[in-house]
Amino acid sequence: MKKWFLFIATTALAISALTGCGGKNSASDANKVYVYNWGEYIDPEVLDMFQEETGIEVVYDEFETNEIMYPKVASSGVSYDVVCPSDYMIERMIQDDLLAELNYDNIPNLSNIDQTYLDQAKQFDPENKYSVPYCWGTVGILYNKTMVDEPVDSWSILWDEKYKDSILMQDSVRDAFAVALKSLGYSINSTDANQLNEAKELLIQQKPLVQAYVIDQVRDKMIGNEAALGVIYSGEAIFTQRENPDLEYVIPKEGSNVWIDGWVIPKTAEHKENAEKFINFLCRDDIALKNFEYITYSTPNKAARELIEDEDIKNSEVAFPTADMLKDCETYQYLGSENDDLFSTLWNEVKSN
Amino acid sequence: MNKKWLSGPYLFWAISFIIIPLVMILYYGLTTKDGSITFENILQITTNTNVKALVLALLLSIVSTIICLILAYPLAMILNQLDVNQNSFIVLIFILPMWMNFLLRTLAWQTLLEKTGVINSVLTLLHLPTLNIINTPYAIVLGMVYNFLPFMVLPIYNILIKIDPNVINAAKDLGANSFLTFYKVILPLSWPGVISGITMVFVPSLTTFVISDLLGGSKILLIGNVIEQKFTQANNWNAGSGLSLVLMVFILLSMAILSKYDKDGEGLI
Repeated sequence: MKKWFLFIATTALAISALTGCGGKNSASDANKVYVYNWGEYIDPEVLDMFQEETGIEVVYDEFETNEIMYPKVASSGVSYDVVCPSDYMIERMIQDDLLAELNYDNIPNLSNIDQTYLDQAKQFDPENKYSVPYCWGTVGILYNKTMVDEPVDSWSILWDEKYKDSILMQDSVRDAFAVALKSLGYSINSTDANQLNEAKELLIQQKPLVQAYVIDQVRDKMIGNEAALGVIYSGEAIFTQRENPDLEYVIPKEGSNVWIDGWVIPKTAEHKENAEKFINFLCRDDIALKNFEYITYSTPNKAARELIEDEDIKNSEVAFPTADMLKDCETYQYLGSENDDLFSTLWNEVKSN
Repeated sequence: MNKKWLSGPYLFWAISFIIIPLVMILYYGLTTKDGSITFENILQITTNTNVKALVLALLLSIVSTIICLILAYPLAMILNQLDVNQNSFIVLIFILPMWMNFLLRTLAWQTLLEKTGVINSVLTLLHLPTLNIINTPYAIVLGMVYNFLPFMVLPIYNILIKIDPNVINAAKDLGANSFLTFYKVILPLSWPGVISGITMVFVPSLTTFVISDLLGGSKILLIGNVIEQKFTQANNWNAGSGLSLVLMVFILLSMAILSKYDKDGEGLI
């Protein structure tokens, strides 16, 4: 009998410990803001400045892909106050009723954001109610001029036998498929089974040529002359060129993906006002400029762009491509959970081949 | 005096972090997203992709276990024959790398093996052919052997130092040559250590996803990677748990086979 009592007592104790007894909003927790952002996507000094100016302590976490971020926020195991997903993921989170409406009275600096981008954001956030654009850009090819002989202007170079073992592909489902779909001339939001299968076959065909499927490491490997060609986000282009002048970024002529990452506040946020203060802080021109100079991702903040001193960067077509360059570029849409499963099954087939 | 209460802290630990999570995996693995019972998650192992990933994972982990054993057994015997002072020093050297984080050590291998990495730079400098194993299964096996070798050496060494030298002397007195002594006396006595070494290398190798990701360039999909993707990318905890259950069956199976040879359970640490 005693044995059972011990067993039951510890089980009860264990359950209560795991389910987290005790008040959630203790006093020490009140003046914090829990931020969940992409890796290497903010100037760390900005966080210190925010802390100093407002006295709000920033608890900062990073994620590598939208798909990794989503379950963490959806299961609300950790209640983040402010998160920075991409367009299609924001659309999904709105659909799944995970996001809180922003109170724009607390974000007066929104006026710094160029109206063009707010209009673009309407593709996934129809009334601009849930998100504030943070960065935007394209997906393209970064190549090393000393290792590639011919001009790079098409995705097809990623299938050139000459560059076997010198190609870096993105290890995120949507980006990898976007490359294949675009080079076949299809939409990156295609859900047509035949088109997706064709894209899968193309990726399988490419696999022997690929050195590695990576995400953030594309940058370091390209800087280190480890590969000749890499699929990368435009924001990394300026940074990598600074480190290795042989690198060049191009948006292939078949078109690509144009994306916007925006700040949103999950419904489960416990410090909504702090989160709005944080968003407002990031929209301030000098802060947006500081961030731009550090992470080099295109900023939708027109006031900050005006402040850029280096004329080459201010007018750079890599950082701020013209409308003409973007005419064949599409924004990702959320395709529904069934299509998500389809994409990940196909992607696994590519990987296991 | 009821000493059973002393097991309380461990019991608490085991229930919180072993039993409850296992029950949760069992629950997720046997239900669909809306909570009805299904075997579909477990049957996912029969898809082409997953069978391939499982077979490859089994193959690579068996190969690494064998390599570890071949490297570790002689080393453990040498350590055992050294003076006390010397051998503690060598054991220290051997576990020194373990003081560093596992992830960092694997990342270091990436830098070493890269096309323009440290090893290849040296080879090129010496006009020798370069080594191109990064992003191949060879690199993954190398990573597994490097990371898990201490787990093979230590249990074998521990059991070897426990063998009474008089037993070996008796064998020699009775006319056994050194091979026969090893084969008839030392090997059978050290068997429990070998068994626990095999378990401690085989199980983490079979389930790893970090090593295959970092050293395989995400090009090689092991069952561990499939499960990781189900949880992180596909957000499908049910399928991930179902596949984990299948993997657990394989681990239990391997332990059952091994325990046949280790009836006393001496080798289990």
